[in-house]
Amino acid sequence: MRYLLLNYTKAESTEERRSGEMHPGVAAVLERPDVGGWIRLQPAGSATTVRLDSRKVLFTDGPFVDSKEFLAGVILIEAENLDGALALAAELQELDVTAAIEVRPVLEQELGGA
Amino acid sequence: MLEEIFRDQWGRVLATLVGVLGDIELAEDAAQEAFALAAERWPHEGQPANPTGWLITTGRNRAVDRIRRRRTLTIKTEQLKRELRDSPEETMDETTVFPDERLELIFTCCHPALALDAQVALTLRTLGGLSTEEIAHAFLVPFETMSKRLTRAKHKIRDAGIPFAVPPEHLLPDRLDAALAVVYLIFNEGWGGGRVDLSAEAIRLGRSLIELMPDEAEAHALLALMLINNARSAARFRDGELVLFDDQDRGLWDQRQIEEGRSSLRRSLALHGRGPYVTQAAIADLHLEQPRDWEEIELLYRRLEGLTGSPVVTMNRAIAVAELEGPQMALEILDRLELDEYRYYHSTRAEILRRLGREEEARNAYERALELTWPGAEQRFLERRLADSSASARDTPTP
Repeated sequence: MRYLLLNYTKAESTEERRSGEMHPGVAAVLERPDVGGWIRLQPAGSATTVRLDSRKVLFTDGPFVDSKEFLAGVILIEAENLDGALALAAELQELDVTAAIEVRPVLEQELGGA
Repeated sequence: MLEEIFRDQWGRVLATLVGVLGDIELAEDAAQEAFALAAERWPHEGQPANPTGWLITTGRNRAVDRIRRRRTLTIKTEQLKRELRDSPEETMDETTVFPDERLELIFTCCHPALALDAQVALTLRTLGGLSTEEIAHAFLVPFETMSKRLTRAKHKIRDAGIPFAVPPEHLLPDRLDAALAVVYLIFNEGWGGGRVDLSAEAIRLGRSLIELMPDEAEAHALLALMLINNARSAARFRDGELVLFDDQDRGLWDQRQIEEGRSSLRRSLALHGRGPYVTQAAIADLHLEQPRDWEEIELLYRRLEGLTGSPVVTMNRAIAVAELEGPQMALEILDRLELDEYRYYHSTRAEILRRLGREEEARNAYERALELTWPGAEQRFLERRLADSSASARDTPTP
């Protein structure tokens, strides 16, 4: 089964994040064969949200959900079942780099190289 | 007679059907059909030699038939595809020995990815065989709410890939704790009487657990704890009013349950159990003795404190301390605790304060406890204590 791990970053140290390299523990996990791909996102300040307001398209500065924790990146993994996916997420979470990781089963996907 | 067989067999039959069909909802429909057919036929044709086998085979065949007929149904599970592909009739009949997959079912229902109230509801529905209506009634929620809760949980299991399996070794301790906690929660929610006696249901589940995991000390201990407490239920109320432990008519205690409970406790100790349930069961057992060995009780609470870090345990230890070192020492322990939302904390403090002659503070504590208590026997009991305290205050001359 495929799962997407959504990594929410901790509230503090956004400046460090932008310049920083990936945590070596995280990098090691991402090398594993059950990891299909990953994306690191620029911090929430760089986001623009597009919405529909009375049939007019509206652009606002910032992420969809304005909160101290924001989506930092995603990781696509393959696991036998939820326990497998949770074990991998738990390993990453123990590195104490993210605030939380949401584990969502994939319904369908199509990912080209970009 | 038939009713009893059905109650006993439901969990067993459903568990195997979940294993065979790979989906709880499908398995439930299949089991329901099989039991309905049995209710129709067995009174006339007599009971089959292997009732479990009959029910499982019938349920399975019905499910497969129904799926074949429903051409538009998207088959999500690999298991099911395999089932339909292989020819079913030859491979399974009433004489087949079906593995008991109730353990797999319990661990699925008590998976941490499910919300606790969903774990409880699902366990009662699948292993307990209670109807949605019965569960809703027992937990005082509308039928719709409980129905949605169950459906959401089953869909989560299916969509998120919660495995139908006994957890691997390294996960087993935590998962077992979770399953035991669900059963104990059900026991504590027991309303006693009404259409469903949750405490009795929890005890049934507890017995299944030790049947399925005979070497788990904590499982035996949980059963012991539930039985020893449940044995006193007839004595807990007199004319609808709460009776304190020390005032209970011991003649009304169910000796058979106490014996079974003590036997389970001995079993758990023989298995070298030293966990929280073993400790709690040992405490419950000690409370049955007259006079009480408060020293031993206090020691065990200390141990339980170490194991759980629970302030409620410390609160209970304070009660033992009151017996050993007097109410002042107990109060000092209680005052360090943060349990403002817990009604028993306030009622315990009130009793201790009364022993110290501090009636006004006791009344404040009773009032706080009452704020947190639902109308009923408990509330009336606290009101009587409050009134008692006010009466004492009036009679005591002001210094």
